[in-house]
Amino acid sequence: MKIIALCGLLGYGYNEDSLKLAFKEKVDYVGVDAGSTDPGPYYLGSGKSFTDRGAVKRDLSIALPLVLENKAPFIIGTAGGAGSNVHTDWLVEIIKEIAKEKGLSFSLATIYSEVDREYVLSKLNAGKITDMSPEFPLTEENVKNSSKIVSQIGIAPIIDALNNNAQVIVCGRACDTAIYAAPCIKEGYDHGLAFHMAKIMECGAMCSEPVAAADVMQGYIEKDYFMLRPANPERRCTLDRVAAHTMYEQTNPYMIYEPDGVADLRETVYEQVDPRTVKVMNSKFIPAKVKTLKLEGVKSVGFRTITLGGINDTKTISKLDEMFEVIQDFVKVNANLPEGSYQLNFRRFGGVENNACVVVDVVGQTQEIADNVCAIARARLLHCDYDGRKSSAGNVAFPFSPSDLHVGEVFEFSVFHLAEVDDLKETSKTVYSEVK
Amino acid sequence: MKLIDLAKILRSKNAGPLYITFDVIFNNVEDLRKAVKGVTKEKISKAYNMEEEKIDIIVYEIVNSFKITFPRRIISGSVLDSDIYGCQQHVPLANIEI
Repeated sequence: MKIIALCGLLGYGYNEDSLKLAFKEKVDYVGVDAGSTDPGPYYLGSGKSFTDRGAVKRDLSIALPLVLENKAPFIIGTAGGAGSNVHTDWLVEIIKEIAKEKGLSFSLATIYSEVDREYVLSKLNAGKITDMSPEFPLTEENVKNSSKIVSQIGIAPIIDALNNNAQVIVCGRACDTAIYAAPCIKEGYDHGLAFHMAKIMECGAMCSEPVAAADVMQGYIEKDYFMLRPANPERRCTLDRVAAHTMYEQTNPYMIYEPDGVADLRETVYEQVDPRTVKVMNSKFIPAKVKTLKLEGVKSVGFRTITLGGINDTKTISKLDEMFEVIQDFVKVNANLPEGSYQLNFRRFGGVENNACVVVDVVGQTQEIADNVCAIARARLLHCDYDGRKSSAGNVAFPFSPSDLHVGEVFEFSVFHLAEVDDLKETSKTVYSEVK
Repeated sequence: MKLIDLAKILRSKNAGPLYITFDVIFNNVEDLRKAVKGVTKEKISKAYNMEEEKIDIIVYEIVNSFKITFPRRIISGSVLDSDIYGCQQHVPLANIEI
């Protein structure tokens, strides 16, 4: 069976010729990952995507007609970058727009995976939450303050959608591996091989040389092995790259943790079968005794305003820490704001002698408070006196007018935990529709 | 000799927003074994001010490499975070004497 990954991330681009080449052979399934938590908590909180709408539309516009023409079901994971319901709807809208423009019709499954606070609270109260890090225990307060919580779905809801003959499947937050493992497991292939292949494929052509996430990867799975070969003839999969891939962004290169269990790669064997193809065998799977789904939530912590300034004067640079203290006190007295309504942080970068950069970073309960504090701190930083100051016209070079910039609402992760579940489909809801 | 002088690749990156992970890859297995002997949990603990029991070291010999992983005290994207992707945390490790 042949499955292809368009690229490592929907909206980061891929080579159109590579995709056409991939379709010269029969393609059974096509997948692409559309999201990540890497860019931080803002995107889940704000409902925006870190990928660009135009770029996402471009990537889909090329793929959709080919996928439908070849009758290969198309699975898209973590819609809109963060996979909440608004992110998922954002991607579905783009797909419908393309369908209309190109006159395409197909059956669509949309798998929503957002969960509400009550669901997480009930898990917490029932003792069914596991911390992923000792530095980040789950608190009731954090759950209650969360503005958005999503669950990372595994293969189960995707397999259901495939069984219901959906041609295009848009998932909310999903395990990256589920996109590629679901069709393999649905077709009866080994779980260990399926999850291992999926783990490598979800990054597109990242496991090839020359390395590039933004190109098409082809996976071939059989009973006792899988093979990887990039679609672009200028790239090749090498044993080192393929084997090294399970290290990347993983805590343990031998174990891939999934809602259904663990792919165990301790006895995996890799073989270079031709200059562009790597064969992988003996990846095992240990089913989980207790099934878990990962929950990701964010809470709003205020609004940010910043100022950037450059400092070239060695004397001024040497006095910065002293000045920061003076300014903190000055703001406390002069802004006259309630305790805890803002955080003022000075961040310094670079030079000890010259070319230092200072960022005045303010997070306030409201944007007005952040603006207020930032303006006072910025003016004070500009004119703050210190012992032996000779260059008294101003301490900081502001590169911009206006000098103070709105970064907007600030979110922090409030939930990043495992929830014990009875049913791996209990957090997701699938909506079927016909796109015409 | 510093670890960076022996390594072919030495990098840091988030493993999710709660963990930071380091990949150190060598040209050959001899260099890897030499480095593994020289890089102790005690040294990493000092370099990053992190309790030894929270540090994981896993040798992945198939590509002449080892990984170090420990939890982030400041979660990615928190107000005080300064490295959302965690990709500039490798320098204290690079400078460890082996």
